Amino acid sequence: MTAVADAPDMAKEIGRDRRRKEDQRLITGRTRWTDNLSLPGTLHLAMVRSPFAHATITSIDTTEAMAATNVVAVLTSEDLGESQGVCINAWPITPEQVTPPHLPIANGRVAFAGEIVAVVVARTAAEARDAAELVDVEYEQLPAVIGIKEAMKDEVLAHPDLGTNKSALWVFDSAAAGTGTDVEDAIAKARTDGVVIEREFRQQRLIPAFMEPRSVVVDPTGEQITVWSATQIPHILRFALAATTGVPESKIRVIAPDVGGGFGGKLQQTPEEMIAFAVARRLGKPVKYTETRSESLVSAHHGRDQWQKLTLSAEKDGTVTGLKVELQADLGAYVAIVGGGVPVLGAFMFNAIYKFPAYHFSCQTVLTNTTWTDAYRGAGRPEATFGIERMMDELAAELGVDPLVVREKNWIKHEEFPFTTVAGLEYDSGNYEIATAKAKEIFGYDELRAEQKRRRESNDPVQLGLGVSTFTEMCGLAPSRVLGSLDYGAGGWEHASVRMLATGKVEVVTGASAHGQGHETAFSQIVADRLGIPYDDIEVLHGDTQIASKGLDTYGSRSLVVGGEALVRAADKVIDKALPIAAHLLEASVEDVKFHEGRFQVVGTDAGISLAEVATATFAAHNLPDGVEPSIDADATFDPVNFNYPHGTHLCAMEVDTETGQVTMRKYTCVDDIGNIINPLIVSGQVHGGLVQGIAQALWEEAVYDDQGTLVSGSFVDYLLPTAADTISFEVDHTTTPALTNSLGTKGVGEAGTIASTPAVVNAIVDAVRHLGVNDVQMPCTPERVFNAIHSQGSGGATEGAAMPHFDPDAEPGTSSTADQQGAGA
Amino acid sequence: MTRINLTVDGAKVADDVEPRMLLVQYLREKLGKTGTVVGCDTSNCGACTVHLDGTSVKSCNVLAVQADGSEVTTIEGLAATYDGGDLHPMQEAFRECHGLQCGYCTPGMIMQSVAFLKENPKPTEEEIRVGIEGNLCRCTGYHNIVRAVQLASGQGDHQSAGASTVGVPAEEATS
Repeated sequence: MTAVADAPDMAKEIGRDRRRKEDQRLITGRTRWTDNLSLPGTLHLAMVRSPFAHATITSIDTTEAMAATNVVAVLTSEDLGESQGVCINAWPITPEQVTPPHLPIANGRVAFAGEIVAVVVARTAAEARDAAELVDVEYEQLPAVIGIKEAMKDEVLAHPDLGTNKSALWVFDSAAAGTGTDVEDAIAKARTDGVVIEREFRQQRLIPAFMEPRSVVVDPTGEQITVWSATQIPHILRFALAATTGVPESKIRVIAPDVGGGFGGKLQQTPEEMIAFAVARRLGKPVKYTETRSESLVSAHHGRDQWQKLTLSAEKDGTVTGLKVELQADLGAYVAIVGGGVPVLGAFMFNAIYKFPAYHFSCQTVLTNTTWTDAYRGAGRPEATFGIERMMDELAAELGVDPLVVREKNWIKHEEFPFTTVAGLEYDSGNYEIATAKAKEIFGYDELRAEQKRRRESNDPVQLGLGVSTFTEMCGLAPSRVLGSLDYGAGGWEHASVRMLATGKVEVVTGASAHGQGHETAFSQIVADRLGIPYDDIEVLHGDTQIASKGLDTYGSRSLVVGGEALVRAADKVIDKALPIAAHLLEASVEDVKFHEGRFQVVGTDAGISLAEVATATFAAHNLPDGVEPSIDADATFDPVNFNYPHGTHLCAMEVDTETGQVTMRKYTCVDDIGNIINPLIVSGQVHGGLVQGIAQALWEEAVYDDQGTLVSGSFVDYLLPTAADTISFEVDHTTTPALTNSLGTKGVGEAGTIASTPAVVNAIVDAVRHLGVNDVQMPCTPERVFNAIHSQGSGGATEGAAMPHFDPDAEPGTSSTADQQGAGA
Repeated sequence: MTRINLTVDGAKVADDVEPRMLLVQYLREKLGKTGTVVGCDTSNCGACTVHLDGTSVKSCNVLAVQADGSEVTTIEGLAATYDGGDLHPMQEAFRECHGLQCGYCTPGMIMQSVAFLKENPKPTEEEIRVGIEGNLCRCTGYHNIVRAVQLASGQGDHQSAGASTVGVPAEEATS
């Protein structure tokens, strides 16, 4: 038990590029994906899904399916009744929000293509799927409403009983809130003696497209019903299962084993989980359901999908005076667990790093007959960052100045922190100046501007554009009181336990549930430093409600800044509890004993004892001080007082072939300030992956519906995920301004790359062809759209039409588009 | 049902299978080789990539009966094909360069990368990117996967994976 004493130099784990503990299993195929689990007697489920976006179910004939070999049951919504529970909306954004009831299996009417109408239970997955084809469902088609702008008309209703497609209108106004002045005054003034920029941007619909298809196994044979699920949120799922089925929470155990990515897409209480739970209880046998990729793309929730109408006012010298944001957001057919809350998360971020004196935000959410939408990496903040960073570029173009100049004129200076924004948030720390200076230098900004000028002058058919995004975001979700004030249904704390084992090893339990982020490695590093215990002696446990009994799971870049802080506090409590025992064992008074690098030392002497030795002595409990419990284990639950504000400067160089519309990424540099870094290798991975997801929104990805409400990008053949050949290597660097709201000075990094990169890419494309009369290209910026933008001057580069040329442009939702607004400020 | 005999990760196996059973289903459901996974149903993602008689194949695109008489190597048997340690150098490179996050695409990505280097032992970055474009990853942005393949090919080093890019401290912003 002298490992600590033998360790030469403790307190050096934080900041090390430790290779991940997780990887040994993952690189050798020794994995525990939910679909890998196989319990004796398991029955397999297949879902019967509606091919229609909106229809009345007139009959369901299960006779033939029931007669198929090895089919055990075929069940409808009526059969399962209340046992199926409901899918909840945890964030009604206004008290008046219109929220259609959402049963896991549709009862009488389907509201999107892909909605489940029956479930088949069979001895094998193949037999279940075969039999699902034999379920005869008669539908009477109803008119479907597809796209925000159609939905806003309230002519065709997604849910006729509700009488409207409009779900909720959420408003923030700085004058009303007392955080700023009236934006209408600012705009009116700018119309007479300043600059007004008006634009309408489209945030296309995206699909999270985690690599592991969702899967759920339910075993009802124990006293606790055990649910394994490919989920980001085992704790929230357990709550939702209990709250909506009446099964006591204490009778449910949820396990998220190895989970293959999420990106928000597994932040959901899914119909499939509810159905599996109900069927297992009904039949008393373990059941398994694993979706196909096609099912995943049509039925796992989608992300983004907004129209953004933005009005920015400024003085003639470029000083911004007001920002008005009018959003319309597509919820899809139902209000998902976070649902309308996603665009509301953007409400606090449109003002970004800039000192707007006046701000107004409104968001109208609408229901349509499409797959429901919810969180996708960034959740509300990419939309906001895109909007403001595009607008700052438009302002710069209007003024004829460099986009970095207009930003610097308006951003919060480093000496102005802490800074209370016009949206009412207090940014604790940041330094936009040095992040930008460093990014410019690494990128070679001035040289590339010179090359751009040369190419312009020589009329090079391939033009160069430089895109800027100086983003910030609010993450580390979240202070519970703030969530409460926004009518969110839960808190934002996180829990951790540190268990000191008899052999000197340590089990660390976290309520954050990782699915690729590397918690086991990074959290081990934190505890190793805090307790002076060797990194390899620490085991991080998570993702099982029986082990991690309390937690609020992983999303919103919260694990480190909230969960990590809980861990620090639990570790500190361990030291506090061990101190009197150590002093007793050392026959010293508590005041004379100090803890340093894993040892309790009697000040001024050689006498000391390691924490591991104290753990062993506490286990034996033979010689403890009077009245001290025989345990030095500790728990902590941390509720942050504020959000966490990473920021950074992203610079992108795009080459645009003006003759073909082809765009090619030449260079991408980012300098992110994410505070103190626990593991730079893991951080680099988060940034790279985040960048590509954001770049993919700018260039490739779009979930496209036809006017019947069929998802035509419903497979990986049609939904364009980037490959290695589509992408480049990135230049990633950092500046460090520690966060002031957690002990480690850390900031979230999980979403930063995605939030920042999308506008940098689009700004670069527009910058490359702005001299040809283009001031916007709708995302994804396909060659066709870029070509059309270049060759349709006069309309300001309007780029209506679907992502893929073989679709009828008129059929794409909401493409009455932006021609009228575009160029309004130019 | 059709009787098939094959060698999987060095072990001789035989089973009666439905003619429609895919090789990946056979590996997972009959043999318990759950290291190989399914990520899509259109043969786009490559998560199920294995070696069939030394060549990389997407095992969702091969029927089990087509593998009759063949030798299959999965991620679980890869290290044993290399006579030098507990891990194949490609596995080691993926760990060293942080070429994986959630790890779901990793078995297929590693198997494809191994086969690719057999064809092209000293590829350029561009050749690597094209060589693995049949395998999708949603976590890494491919940056560190490319570094891993470079490292396994004896080119480049892990430093460019981002390990050395810790930022310099900012001047005191607030206190």
